Amino acid sequence: MEDAYIIKQISVFSENRPGRLAAIAGALKDGDVNIFAFSIAEADGFGVVRALVDAPEKAHRILTDQGFRVSYTEVIGVKMRDEPGGLYEIATVLGDAGINIEYAYAYSGRDAAVLILRVDHVRDAIKEILSRGGDLLEASAFT
Amino acid sequence: MYWNKKIETLKSGDLERLQTKRLKWSLNQALNIEFYRNLFREAGVSPDDIATLDDVTKLPFTHKADLRGGYPFGFCAVPMREVVRIHTTSGTTGKPTVVCYTRQDLGNWSELIARNMVMAGIGEDDIFQNSVNYGLFTGGLGFHYGAEEIGMTVIPSATGNTKRQIEMIEDFGVTVIHCTPSYALYLAEAAEEMGASLDTLKTGLFGAEPWSENMRRELESRLGVRAFDSYGLSEMYGPGVAFECPEHDGLHIWHDSYLVEIIDPKTGERLECGERGELVITPLVKEAMPIIRYRTGDITMLMEDGCACGRGQKIARITGRTDDMMVIRGINVFPSQIEHALLSLPGVGEQFMVYIDRIRHLDEMMIVVEIDRDVFSGELQDLARLQSEVAGAIRDALGIRTSVKLAEPGTLPRFEGKARRVVDRRGDL
Repeated sequence: MEDAYIIKQISVFSENRPGRLAAIAGALKDGDVNIFAFSIAEADGFGVVRALVDAPEKAHRILTDQGFRVSYTEVIGVKMRDEPGGLYEIATVLGDAGINIEYAYAYSGRDAAVLILRVDHVRDAIKEILSRGGDLLEASAFT
Repeated sequence: MYWNKKIETLKSGDLERLQTKRLKWSLNQALNIEFYRNLFREAGVSPDDIATLDDVTKLPFTHKADLRGGYPFGFCAVPMREVVRIHTTSGTTGKPTVVCYTRQDLGNWSELIARNMVMAGIGEDDIFQNSVNYGLFTGGLGFHYGAEEIGMTVIPSATGNTKRQIEMIEDFGVTVIHCTPSYALYLAEAAEEMGASLDTLKTGLFGAEPWSENMRRELESRLGVRAFDSYGLSEMYGPGVAFECPEHDGLHIWHDSYLVEIIDPKTGERLECGERGELVITPLVKEAMPIIRYRTGDITMLMEDGCACGRGQKIARITGRTDDMMVIRGINVFPSQIEHALLSLPGVGEQFMVYIDRIRHLDEMMIVVEIDRDVFSGELQDLARLQSEVAGAIRDALGIRTSVKLAEPGTLPRFEGKARRVVDRRGDL
């Protein structure tokens, strides 16, 4: 039952130079793929663009056809109370359970702030959050 | 000024007699090596057939690949207990070439270095900073012992820490420096930035990579030195094989220790004085590694005899290579070595390019790797790990620092014929 909460993020390899994000975003636009949330992680001369989209398989296919290196990454989306302490609650749950956050990014949705998390043990994280009364987005919420 | 006037100015008849005697000794010494026993038998020659210096053409050549094939001690002509030192050069496919030295060899080598330095006007009153790599590279210890033989003050500064190098020149009153010409320019620039005038420097000995007359003018004006070209190769002890005299018009090669031929690299035929070709050397006094007619791969020519300094026939400054060997930061590198190191890495595959540039007078190697589908996990740290693995593989194989750039698929050139994945974008030095 945890699987319902595992969201497929697409991760795209990109060189760090002008126009690369536009190329990725343009390909998704042409394919009519909507982006809910995204972030860019940068390293020495390159980066990885991470995005939650409404059609991950389609996005993967479009970008791969255009020559991008794309892969899926399993993430979870946690609804946060959009007020002081919202992030603290979730971080505490995971920290207490010994689950490590590899990276995170957030967006403000229609009814809540959402924290996207890449953790080392995704199913354990889902169990912990649900058992402590947390609110997770289902993957189907994006499609 | 001479270190060993009698030998350095030996005239043709006496020189030829000495060379012939030593050549015969060298050939007999080579018979201690199985490779040469077989080679001579296959060629149907024996050292007894060599009566004159010209008879040497009856003997087959020795190639770099032969030496590699003898790894580790296949070309050692003496028992190991007589070997007092080993140097190596990096190999094209992982295995280096091993060079052994007897005590006598080290003495011979120091003598040659001493001749060169005295020829350049350096003496026991000088303070000498040896800013080249020590260790397995022959340039460090070779010059070190030769300079000590003369009795000058030697600073074994080795490479790196340019600020400290400049401080030592200033604080110790260094008069002579030995380094690669590109490092010398870098040093000059750094000294200018530090406001150090390097007033005491008067002589620069530059080798391990080819350099031009333009470079000489720049080095001499910026460092305030007279620049001398130094030539050598590990297979012939190391540096010290040939060196410029104050005429700065060609390099005196030490004919009592090396029998010199210039050949057409395609046909193997001997070329005349004044014709450019490949330098072939038969060492005449090497005990531990008496190789025969060694193809150096370096392109030069014999010059007209009769230098004003009174020493023997010179060779011209090296103008190139017969093969694709490059010199990167004083280290000899074949493109195949770089490719070999990268192809053995999982995650690199066939799609990579290697660029050699000169940035602020220093050689820089950049490797561009196209990210393969199988390699991209989506995680940043996996890519960063690939970057450091590539840099580590090159460092381990060649001892060269490199930057690694990851590229998107399809960005690198594709080759229809033989791939040229290593591109040297440096101009002439």
